[in-house]
Order: sequence, then structure tokens, then C-alpha cells
Amino acid sequence: MSSGSVKEISYFPGCSLATSARESNQSLLAFFEAHGIKLVELDDWNCCGSSSAHSIAAELTHLLPSRNLALAPPQRPLLAACPNCFLRLKLTHMTLLQNRRAAEKYRRLWGRAFDARLQIVTFFDLLSDMVDRGVFKDNPRRLTGLKFVPYYGCMLARPPSMRNERNFHGLMEKVLVSLGAVPLTWSQGARCCGTFLSVSRPDIAADSVAGIMQAAVDVQAECIVTACAMCHLNLEIRSPLAIKVPILYFSELLSLSAGIGGGKGWFRRHLIDPRPLLQSKGLIA
Amino acid sequence: MRNAADSQPRRSTVHLTAQQGHFAREVSRRAHVNIARCWHCKCCSNGCPFAAAMDFYPNQVIRLAQLGLKRQALESSSIWICVGCNTCSVECPQAIDVAAVMDALRQMAIAEKAAVGEPNILEFHREVVESIRRYGRTHKLEIMMRYKLKKHDWLSDVNIALQMLSKRKLDLRPSRVKRLEQIQAVFQNILQAKGHEQR
Repeated sequence: MSSGSVKEISYFPGCSLATSARESNQSLLAFFEAHGIKLVELDDWNCCGSSSAHSIAAELTHLLPSRNLALAPPQRPLLAACPNCFLRLKLTHMTLLQNRRAAEKYRRLWGRAFDARLQIVTFFDLLSDMVDRGVFKDNPRRLTGLKFVPYYGCMLARPPSMRNERNFHGLMEKVLVSLGAVPLTWSQGARCCGTFLSVSRPDIAADSVAGIMQAAVDVQAECIVTACAMCHLNLEIRSPLAIKVPILYFSELLSLSAGIGGGKGWFRRHLIDPRPLLQSKGLIA
Repeated sequence: MRNAADSQPRRSTVHLTAQQGHFAREVSRRAHVNIARCWHCKCCSNGCPFAAAMDFYPNQVIRLAQLGLKRQALESSSIWICVGCNTCSVECPQAIDVAAVMDALRQMAIAEKAAVGEPNILEFHREVVESIRRYGRTHKLEIMMRYKLKKHDWLSDVNIALQMLSKRKLDLRPSRVKRLEQIQAVFQNILQAKGHEQR
């Protein structure tokens, strides 16, 4: 599966993957390791500010992410596993490139100039490159017959300043189809899960999640596939419907298809138990 | 779609003054967005997943800002219900960063001590930022507990919390940044900055 030497990539897990979504973190590391990519965690990283810092304190918006950029060693891309962390880090880097005062402030705070050539990437960037290299071509089709709906939530939506960046519409379908899974067409693939409204206005988040879950039920999906820890949590805890469709991390499915993860206890951590489904498909014992 | 704005008394005339123009310019300046570009096609509002829960639709919030109706804009629930999912930005034919406009309005609402339309949401944001100030990272369990304590609401979500604890999805202890003095330096830096509200 892996070709050549091990490639090292700096890794920013973020608060969710370090705690509530540990199964996402571990499956991501396992998947990349199986493909010859070593994720090296950024030493002593801090929170990117999440949805809250930029909402109530303009000054924190770029200062919190900037410390993480300063921790990243040169000549290695920096992977942000969480879509929201990625946006925060990337927007800060773009601001540093455009705004001389911000760059000067960075130099004063962190004692060096910012790395203009630092590449900040998502899980999808790396995966898309792997697709282009034909990595999934001859994979065993272990996911054969698994009927899924791809759930992107807001992770493909970006501010106008990032309109010229790469986009990854359809990537999860493309990869999972090549591994034998069956994508279903549905209506809610890009509807935001509600993020923090799940805590501060659970009524609004529950409405959103109910619509998403119902749409998955309507097309008879066996599972919902997401690449975001926030989406995963909200879909698991906020659906008021009696029928609950298991939510799988994209990285969990990729690991299973590479023959890893069945016994690692990731699926025990889910609040909507996906094990009966995975057992019926022969993916775990 | 429900919209509280529809049931409000209609104002047929808006009296514009020079001061109101200041507000529109200030929003544009803070958000790094020229809000005058909005021609109210409503793509943002039709795409917004949470428009039904807002008192003004996203384009209406921009209209309030364009017309300099500062109080209505800063007191609207919409600016707090917006989660910054950027769906509106994808839809906007004028490439207006609507989420950045919402950020600017929230920050102005705090700075101007406006009557906040969704105090619980602001309280939640404050708890998150406080957690980052204390540990350099967010400690979800503590954020939830402090937030619930403030609201005197201990009963809702107990089931969910117990489930998450049993699946070890909520850590009892915070994960801390080792060089916490660097996080403190970041916060020191903004304490002097204008507009930041200390509690």
C-alpha cells in the first residue's frame, strides 16, 4: 500500500479530536500510517479560538491561531484535522500575507517572522492527492454494498476570500465508491449541523439535526458519513427522532477498508452504536 | 418560514442622518467588507440554515446596517444565531463575507453595551474564551458546567452529559498548554485593545 519512504506532516488535532472525537483522531492517524504518512503532532498547540473568539473578541481572531503557525516547523505542510480549525489557521495565514501590521505583531509576539511558505492543508487535500496518485485503485472493495449518505455540513463552505482555493465537492463519494460503498442522493449533505447552538440554543440545533436525520432515513441510508467531529457529535446527541442512523467518521471507514480498526474500540465510543451494521457487513468481528 | 420581522410595525420612512452613515462605514471597516455592494437578492437568506430562527434575515441585517439603523442591528437575535457556517458566502453573487459582517456586529454590540438579543449565546462564547484563557485549550465539561450554573439550568442535557462521560467523550481534567505564559501574553495584548469587554 505504502510506497517509498515515510512522509512527515505536522498535525494540528484541535480540542475536539483530542477529547470527544478521539476515535476520529486515532482512525486518521492509523489510516495515514498505513499509507506511509506520519502525522507529527504540533508540540504544545493551543485552541484556534473555535467559533467563540472571533465572535466576541476581534483581537483574538488571529492571535490565537498565530501561535500555532509559529510552532509549525518549516518545510512540512501543516494538517488541521478539524474543518473549523483549518479555516481559523488558514485565514490567519492569509491575513499575515496581506497585512504588514499583522505580520509585525506576529514577529514581536513570537520572536521571528512568519513562514510565508507554510502550507496549511485539510484531510481532504491529502486524500485528494492520494486519489490522484491512484492509491485507491487496486484496494480490496471491503465496503461493498454499504449504503451511505455523504454529510459535509458546512465544511465545503468558505468565506469569499477563499473562493480560489481548492474545493472538494464529491470527494467522499468518489473515494468510498472506489472502495465498494454505495452513495445515495439526498437533500441535506451541505446543511450546517448547528455547531455551538447545540449548547446555547438546543431547540434550533435539534430542528436542523432532525431534518438531516430524517432525510437520511427517507433515502434508506445505512449510515451517515462525516469528516467533522462537531457534526458527528451534534448528529449523535441532538436528533429527536426515534430512528437513529449511525454516523461514521470518514477516516473510520477508510481505515476499515484498509483492514485496520476493527478491534480498536473506536466504535464502542459512538453514542449511536454502529457495530450491528458493521458486523452485518463483515467489517468488524 | 417564520420571521418575526414580518410581524413588526412597518416603517415607511427611514430618516437618514450623517451619523447613520458612520454606522454603515464602521461595519464595513470592521468586517473588511463593503456592505454597500449588497443588492438584496436574498440568496444568503434563502441559503441560511438558521434564517427561520432569526428576527431579521441575513440580508435584512445588512439592510439595517446600510440604513444606519444601529440599535435594531445591534439588538437583533440574528447576529448571535449566526454560527458562521459560510453557507451565505457561498451563495452570495456579490462575494460579500456575510459571516464577517455578523462578527463585526456582535463585537460592536458588546462594545456599545447594546441589549443583546441572545444573552445565552453570548454567555456561552464568554465561557469558551475564558476556558482558552485559563488552559490554552477548551475544556468542554467545565464550559458546560459553568454555562449551566449561570443559567441555573442543571436538568436539561443531564442524560447527554452522562452518556458522553460513560463513553469518555468528556474529559474530567482540562488539557493544558505547557507554556501558558504565551497564551497569557496573547490575552494581555488584547486587554488594552479597545472594544474588549472585561466582565
